[in-house]
Amino acid sequence: MNPLNPQLVMFEEELKQIQKIADRLQQDSRARTILLIDKNGQLVAAAGESTSLDTTSLSSLVAGNVAATGGIAQLLKEDEFSAQFHEGKGMSIHMTLVGRRIILVVLFDKNTTQGLVRLRVKKAQDELVPIFEALATKSMTSQTTMLPDITDQDIENLFDT
Amino acid sequence: MSFINYSSREINCKLVYYGPGLCGKTTNLQYIYNKTRPEAKGKMISLATETERTLFFDFLPLSLGEIRGFKTRFHLYTVPGQVFYDASRKLILKGVDGVCFVADSQEGRFDANIESLENLRINLQEQGYDLDKLPYVVQYNKRDLPGAMSVEELSAALNPTRVPEFEAVAPNGTGVFDTLKALAKQVLAELRKGT
Repeated sequence: MNPLNPQLVMFEEELKQIQKIADRLQQDSRARTILLIDKNGQLVAAAGESTSLDTTSLSSLVAGNVAATGGIAQLLKEDEFSAQFHEGKGMSIHMTLVGRRIILVVLFDKNTTQGLVRLRVKKAQDELVPIFEALATKSMTSQTTMLPDITDQDIENLFDT
Repeated sequence: MSFINYSSREINCKLVYYGPGLCGKTTNLQYIYNKTRPEAKGKMISLATETERTLFFDFLPLSLGEIRGFKTRFHLYTVPGQVFYDASRKLILKGVDGVCFVADSQEGRFDANIESLENLRINLQEQGYDLDKLPYVVQYNKRDLPGAMSVEELSAALNPTRVPEFEAVAPNGTGVFDTLKALAKQVLAELRKGT
């Protein structure tokens, strides 16, 4: 296991807690969509209107964007830029880091303001950090026992179809 | 690094295509995209310059099917090959589960291959990875070109650790899926080990 980049594992119980926070953030901030994305570009959870969005592409691009911004921060001897905001005519996007691994993305329109979004994001962030910290600890200890018992044949079968 | 979601029963992995400029990394992804069933792929994204050189990365999400009730998804990325985009290349390697090194078989690109491979090793080390311990395959691309070196020569220089290697002509797909499969298999086997 790479200590700098541990594997992310998600369990039912934690996902429920995360989903609840994301749903509430979406309502309280009057945002269109909330996305929680792993820094490597994997979507972890979504709330609000997300069926019309290509969340896979969005996740990858947001992660790329955050990684590039992190690279800029390093060059400027900043630890990190913890928040980013892109303003559009119809839609705007607010991105914040949650702990070391997760990006909290809020997509919003004229129904709300950046101020309200920032305020509500702060609260959600405080609630999310301990959940992801607990997840990281849990995944370190339980992954070997909980991984499905994959055989060579299972892997072969994947490519035969 | 892979993301295992026990809640939605999904395994997500990240594969990176690395190699010198114009070796055919993007062409590999384009071929995979064109030949994959619509329901098994997402949109391919290319962040490229106006002259269609990769600026940041190409991205292609693939669903390979189910293993023991777990959906397996692979996110394929390419890096920009041009030497001066090194900062971007480092970022793409973050969280990688498996690497494919695409070599350009032409004699005139031999030094570029060597330089890129060294660069891969160094950039991985910076992220805490060891190329010798990571799922890894090598592809010798552009086998159809007249200036192509022999596979023996390329292999001796670029694949001293004898990882799986494949000959390819990416525009017509020769070797493209063989390379991908070999890498995906290694990644899943590694995941099973729980490392």
